[in-house]
Amino acid sequence: MLNKIWFWLLLVGILYGFGKAAYNSWSQPEATGTVGIVAKDSPEGVVATKPDRRDLQEMGRDINGAALDAAELAVSICISLIGIMALWLGLLNIAKDAGLVDALARLLSPLMRWLFPEIPEGHPAQGAMLMNISANVLGLDNAATPMGLKAMQELQTLNPHKDTATNAMAMFLAINTSNVTLVPFTIIGYRVAAGSTDPAGQLVPIILVTSVTTMVAIIAVRTLSRLPRYAVAEDSTASTSESSEVD
Amino acid sequence: MDSFQLMMDTVSQWTIPGTILLIILWGAYKRVPMYESFVTGAKEGFTVAVTIIPYLVAILFIIKIFTASGALEDIKVIGNWIFAQIGLGDYTESIELLPLAMTRPLTGGGARGVLLEIFDTQGPDSFLGKTATLMMGSTETTFYIMTVYYGSIQVKKIRHTLPACLIADATGILAAVILGYILYG
Repeated sequence: MLNKIWFWLLLVGILYGFGKAAYNSWSQPEATGTVGIVAKDSPEGVVATKPDRRDLQEMGRDINGAALDAAELAVSICISLIGIMALWLGLLNIAKDAGLVDALARLLSPLMRWLFPEIPEGHPAQGAMLMNISANVLGLDNAATPMGLKAMQELQTLNPHKDTATNAMAMFLAINTSNVTLVPFTIIGYRVAAGSTDPAGQLVPIILVTSVTTMVAIIAVRTLSRLPRYAVAEDSTASTSESSEVD
Repeated sequence: MDSFQLMMDTVSQWTIPGTILLIILWGAYKRVPMYESFVTGAKEGFTVAVTIIPYLVAILFIIKIFTASGALEDIKVIGNWIFAQIGLGDYTESIELLPLAMTRPLTGGGARGVLLEIFDTQGPDSFLGKTATLMMGSTETTFYIMTVYYGSIQVKKIRHTLPACLIADATGILAAVILGYILYG
């Protein structure tokens, strides 16, 4: 899917630019006033309160510039990201070695019984899910995914219909896709790389919004699981998994 | 509102020092060889940062071209008009965040590119930069996680997972924009 989006956006972008510039070039510059632009600054800082009247030559130059600019920007961002990532991954490694994930898992375990009433006490699925959620809270993405896959396998052993998701799986996924992260450090890294003077100022608002999202996710899973439309049945017309591309 | 904002900001600024303190104290308690452990982890920083370059080039490339051609500007004009028609004329600025809201559930790499593009053109400390940070930080790549997790155990009928996750995503995006207007608008 991403392959198609990528292709079409590029194609439309270039053709649109060409068409627009061709139109501007062929028609009289004074007569093109209909293509008014009300928006704010256009990317290169050109204030576009006046109609966009770039001719073919200018448009070509802009598109060339944009393509090369993208390549350069990507590298300059990533170079400034190296140091920040090293700093954070170093700290996280101490946390990992010190067993902070296990400690957090113990702290969260009372929640599990409430969230996953179907899972028997002491089942390995419980442990794997706890480790996954704890790793996510600490921002240990690399550690979280293997734990999450392990949790799914364990949940599958409790599943009577192997091709259909259980309530516990849906709950686990919903929590996973709306996870509260204590310090979303990669985003802070991007802000630093982009030259922010206040990279860490949004941590509490982010936690606030994720908490709301997680709560909504839990409520949504609980409510929707009761609907007859999503009931487990051999001939159910439940929605099938959407295909999507890898990160 | 001012004291609320001040408190949020102060706590935000202390989140990282607090986390660092927690990590090193816990590490000391567990007798972790801290310097060595830190260096081992930090080595990965280079790999992580460098491996995202190709994805970033691919995404920034299309965004930049799409923007340079004027197509995005014209879409925004239409968006502004729609917003004005439904009585949200004061909030047209948030249309700039629409590309981020649309890519975020699909691909982490794409959303990262869109976020960095917003930082590049609007500045990370502008209203849009800060609201985009909120949006990015509070949502996840839903489709990616669902595909990988369900794919790994061959579950095909995912029942209410998709609508539940999409409701959560929409809430996160909306909450981010609303809080963005309250805090930075």
